[in-house]
Amino acid sequence: MTIHPTSAQFPANAHKALHDPQLQKAFNHVRSAFIDKRAKAAAALPEFEALRDSARDIKAHTLKHLDVYIEAYEAKVREAGGTVHFARDAAEARAAIVEICRARGARTVTKGKSMVSEEIGLNDALHAAGIEPVETDLGEYIIQLRGEVPSHIIAPAVHLTKEQVEADFRRLHLHLHPDRDLSDAQLLLTEARAILRERFLAADIGITGANFLIAETGTSVIVTNEGNGDLTQILPKVHIVLAAIDKLVPTRNDVAQLLRVLARSATGQEMSVYTTFSTGPRRAEDPDGPEEYHVILLDNGRSTMLGTEFEDMLRCIRCGACMNHCPVYQAVGGHAYGWIYPGPMGAVLTPSLIGIDKAGHLPNASTFCGRCEAVCPVRIPLPRMMRNWREKEFERHLSPAPVRNGLKLWAFFAERPALYRAATGLAMRAMALAGRTKGRFTSLPLAGGWTAWRDMPAPQGATFQAQWKARRRGHR
Amino acid sequence: MSARDEVLASIRRSLGVSGREATRRLSVETRLATAPRGVIPQRGQVDREARIALMADRAKAAHATVTVLDAMEAVPSEVARFLRDANAPATLRMGDDPQLAALPWADTALTVETGRSHGADLNAVSRAFGAVAESGTLALVSGTDNPTTLNFLPDNHVVVVRADDVAGDYETVFSRLRDSHGTGMPRTLNFITGPSRSGDIEQTLVLGAHGPRRLHVVIVR
Repeated sequence: MTIHPTSAQFPANAHKALHDPQLQKAFNHVRSAFIDKRAKAAAALPEFEALRDSARDIKAHTLKHLDVYIEAYEAKVREAGGTVHFARDAAEARAAIVEICRARGARTVTKGKSMVSEEIGLNDALHAAGIEPVETDLGEYIIQLRGEVPSHIIAPAVHLTKEQVEADFRRLHLHLHPDRDLSDAQLLLTEARAILRERFLAADIGITGANFLIAETGTSVIVTNEGNGDLTQILPKVHIVLAAIDKLVPTRNDVAQLLRVLARSATGQEMSVYTTFSTGPRRAEDPDGPEEYHVILLDNGRSTMLGTEFEDMLRCIRCGACMNHCPVYQAVGGHAYGWIYPGPMGAVLTPSLIGIDKAGHLPNASTFCGRCEAVCPVRIPLPRMMRNWREKEFERHLSPAPVRNGLKLWAFFAERPALYRAATGLAMRAMALAGRTKGRFTSLPLAGGWTAWRDMPAPQGATFQAQWKARRRGHR
Repeated sequence: MSARDEVLASIRRSLGVSGREATRRLSVETRLATAPRGVIPQRGQVDREARIALMADRAKAAHATVTVLDAMEAVPSEVARFLRDANAPATLRMGDDPQLAALPWADTALTVETGRSHGADLNAVSRAFGAVAESGTLALVSGTDNPTTLNFLPDNHVVVVRADDVAGDYETVFSRLRDSHGTGMPRTLNFITGPSRSGDIEQTLVLGAHGPRRLHVVIVR
């Protein structure tokens, strides 16, 4: 579904998420599952850190030569009998897909999981054209039933409990026995499998995304665990690949490097179950596979990120490790970010794609703890880029008045060290005095946002600078 | 200006290039022609027997079952045994693969049909183009010999791979593809590591999402 960004309401969204007991319950599974599994997988491969360097270098090299690689890729797709349709923006991409569907008289379209499809609001466009899109990834299927958007780039329904999924299946799968057992994930999956199997076999067109586009051979690559992306592309007569320009890589050998870090960073698997390389339509002698192969190659603002401080963001291979390890994402979930891409990667990418005026809160939704960069398989300097966005926001006078005035006040003192030391020293002594009985404050003027959630420890009486000075003197 | 030209022009404007720079073009041509290998994990760089053992170990870790046989002739009875143990019916679908077709299927009670699947088949057998011991991954290519629908529609998928075709790494499989397919690719190359699964509900791992519920790997020496 198309979503109108609500990133501008991040504080309200986050507040709501923190008070949502279902969401908080669902996220208990994320905190340990993803983080522990990634750590184990990384530790089990001695070359993992070297592979991260290799992955970073491959993507950086490709971006520096992106125009040439796109030309080479397009020529190879054509050679294999496929067609590349360039799309400057979301509207052009939607139009190209609707046109292909109309030309084939398509009534239903199965879809593999694609974040770019969410980015361009494809499902609404298909509905409007009288074509029914069927999401086939289990998580995507569940959120399509609920009319939601993904809350995680690789685990779209991560914000839901199995009880919520069970309630949705009972509400919408009305042809099945009302008293059937749906008490565990296996039973829910089996029901979805049976329903979607019929949809796979009846679909007129299949649409998948791409994890990689290979210039060497004109190949698109998808990585899944379920096999839904494969049934989506081998059963219908037409396979449409929807991918953005940042998915280009030079060769199959380069993909092998990236695959070694992708699944490990995402789910902690050594390899996802299905890694599928698709090149053109079926050959004359092939007994199965699509008769037509189309690639919609989308820009949608990415080309203007090249050559800027945000170019490194285009290395992203969408593993989700940054959000899995982000304390802010873990607390508020993906929907609070208000658009398609959540977590640290979303905090950098969303302002690039929809504008800092609409997404200014996102780069501020970070404690700068640095875990996102520490686990990124292509070593994207996410905190640095969030800081770049904060600077831009400040320069363009987009930050709210209290923040600007607060920073001005702080700057006044920071530029006058003697005054700064005197003022902070005074404040620390006053606070130490006021908080000496309890050792902490449960409420503070101007800091209600902090003390509503946790106590502020009372200072011990001297500033850090003063203590540092005293220590240095002691060591001499 | 067409969308294509405008996207390329925008990339070039941002990168500060014209697109005609000989050094950039040469750099791309060289990389595409030589396809340099990057970091290859030591894990798979072992002798043939150790590679077979690693392949079996990694495939099992991905929830596949594995048998190692000494001769192709033993494959039909092994497939029959696997299906019996899985409580599956004694039916089997396969493509035109000559190595599979030559086997003594008549010695088993299996009813064998050939050709692609349209969704009604519970069991299938395929022969892999190769395998990657590093991660227990099978590599299957599309075509009449081993139709891609057999990899995904049946509940039980048996994949036969010759021990000689078990490589240490993905790069070796790509190199063999260059030998067999030149600069092109088959319509579909499937890397398969274990049976289908999903973790989308509460991060609980459940097998049998949309593809096979069981994957049985038969390595033949």
